[in-house]
Amino acid sequence: MKTCLIVDDSKVVRMVARKILEELKFETSEAEDGQIALDVCKAELPDAVLLDWNMPVMSGIEFLRELRKLPEGDRPLVVFCTTENDMAHIQEALAAGANEYIMKPFDSEIIETKFSQIGLL
Amino acid sequence: MNSSDFEFLSSLLYKQSGLVLTPDKGYLLETRLQPVARSHGLNSIEQIVSTLRSRRDERLVNSITDAMTTNESLFFRDRTPFEQFKTVVLPKLLETRAAKKQIRIWSAACSSGQEPYSLSMILDELSARLAGWRIEIIATDISSEMIARARSGIYSQFEVQRGLPVQLLVKYFQQDGDRWQLNEKIRRMVTFREFNLLQDPRALGNFDVVFCRNVLIYFDQNTKRQVLDGISRQMAPDGYLYLGGAETVISITDKFQPVKGQRGMYMPTGAGGQKAAI
Repeated sequence: MKTCLIVDDSKVVRMVARKILEELKFETSEAEDGQIALDVCKAELPDAVLLDWNMPVMSGIEFLRELRKLPEGDRPLVVFCTTENDMAHIQEALAAGANEYIMKPFDSEIIETKFSQIGLL
Repeated sequence: MNSSDFEFLSSLLYKQSGLVLTPDKGYLLETRLQPVARSHGLNSIEQIVSTLRSRRDERLVNSITDAMTTNESLFFRDRTPFEQFKTVVLPKLLETRAAKKQIRIWSAACSSGQEPYSLSMILDELSARLAGWRIEIIATDISSEMIARARSGIYSQFEVQRGLPVQLLVKYFQQDGDRWQLNEKIRRMVTFREFNLLQDPRALGNFDVVFCRNVLIYFDQNTKRQVLDGISRQMAPDGYLYLGGAETVISITDKFQPVKGQRGMYMPTGAGGQKAAI
């Protein structure tokens, strides 16, 4: 079973995403900001990260840059999932090493398509 | 809606588009024709029927056909056919058409254009290998409204997230608020035309590849045969036909045969009756 870390400061978004990902047979874990997510990744790298952009303590983009510096930190496939819905943010995310980008609002079909496109399904 | 009105509308749609509407799909008529009634200044579907019973109103008939034949589409739908096109079909055509350096592709029933544009993005990605080639993509749909939408190349945020890798979104689209428009170069690679699959396709010319996916499922056996036979007359003997995952030529026509090991892909039946293989 593949693992996915859900990083979002909204408990509701985490809950919705968890439900969708568990239906897609992922083993999920959650973090409410980038710093907690980084600590989780230092202990054990997940196969995938579903990542919000704007969060307290450490943002999604800062987390991603730190993640990619970790040993084997290029292994997890990172999918942004954010309300930052403009081209500049998407380009910044890709430059930092994101593999896919979901513009909120999202639904199960979008998550499934995006995860499938990058070989997670 | 009473059964006489349902009969009238389903018969009209069948004659216009080949669409087979079974009585259990009555709800589709209800939901899709209410806005048509309003836009024509009519109060109800019953009024649509009574108007058409008294006189043939082409504009109204076209609006009904448009509303009932419009179906969802997404970029790189089902992925595999596009992978096959890129890795199997295109290399083969580049070899067999090397003298002419010309390939014609037909995207039949293209809806809002995601299928032909997916093909043009693939071709653009491979442009270094295609220098000096003339590759035409003809995309047709029965709905004038869909053709206009497709031609504009404008998609909602929701649509650009369905099947389109984000790297291609960044490379080929411009953003205008929550709408995204394909760049002019990709749009110009596709020629859109209004075309009813029940018509004779000779006017469209000959093709090396035809995508006719997820449309035959709406037709009865005779109409499927008529459409497939029409396509076969326009296809190069070594051309390729793509059908949707739930569609087949088996027991409909002997003009095509499945390509071994390539799901959804068909080739015109060879003189020797050999199973097609690549």
